[in-house]
Amino acid sequence: MRRLLRGCVPLVAGLLFGIGLMVSGMVVPAKVQAFLDVGGRWDPSLALVMGGAIGVALPIFRWAGRRRFPAPPHGPVDGPLVVGSLVFGIGWGLSGYCPGPALLAAGGGNGEAMGYVFAMGLGMILGTRAGAPDFRRA
Amino acid sequence: MIIDWAQFTPGASLGGGALIGLAAAILYLADGRIAGVSGIFGAVLSGTRAGLEWRLAFLAGLVAAPWLLGGLPAGALARFDVPLPILFLAGVLTGYGTRIARGCTSGHGVCGLSRLSPRSLVAVLCFLGAGMATVTVLRLLSEARA
Repeated sequence: MRRLLRGCVPLVAGLLFGIGLMVSGMVVPAKVQAFLDVGGRWDPSLALVMGGAIGVALPIFRWAGRRRFPAPPHGPVDGPLVVGSLVFGIGWGLSGYCPGPALLAAGGGNGEAMGYVFAMGLGMILGTRAGAPDFRRA
Repeated sequence: MIIDWAQFTPGASLGGGALIGLAAAILYLADGRIAGVSGIFGAVLSGTRAGLEWRLAFLAGLVAAPWLLGGLPAGALARFDVPLPILFLAGVLTGYGTRIARGCTSGHGVCGLSRLSPRSLVAVLCFLGAGMATVTVLRLLSEARA
């Protein structure tokens, strides 16, 4: 029973995550782009998405770090981190989609998002080939 | 800076954000796992066997959300008229960049910042800056065309 409950955690987490993306407006590319458009007609809403998420997660992560899990080491600030994040930012700005909302919208039947996810998958495979990740933690 | 108050949704965005934070927190509490969507999807794509089950379960939950809530929001379109090939390029850049940087808005943004990781702070500043610059260019191009 305990094992079954534990198995449900990722499913429930994914669902809550998806509901949060929908409620917050993250799945609407125009809203994301309006948030990034600080010099135009700026919609600051998405700053509150990040604020709300961190406001809930930070105290729990800190508590868990002390009580349950030894704090995982922070990796180095290096070239691939900076270059990869800049490249991602360009893709994010052009489309209004970051990976979570793109997957959700594609799964929800949006054709444009499906094409985007296909392209994103290609990019990920290229990135992995370029020596990016070892998925250290199963 | 002109704030577009008509589009501002503080309550929904804060509440939705809190749900995202809660999701990341329970995943971490249960097994110390990080709710980073690009990492989860990337690991599945790369055929990593270890941890395949929880990753697929998370993705299934994510994709189930629009079906449970009665569909995607109407008019979920981009703000700027971007031709399809450019959109495809954007997808490749997003996939490539998040793998190289090992994280996106969720992994570096929500989880990394909540762990007070300097690495994630740098990542967030980089993708926010690049995203803002890109949208500014898009706006200037569309204004020039109009």
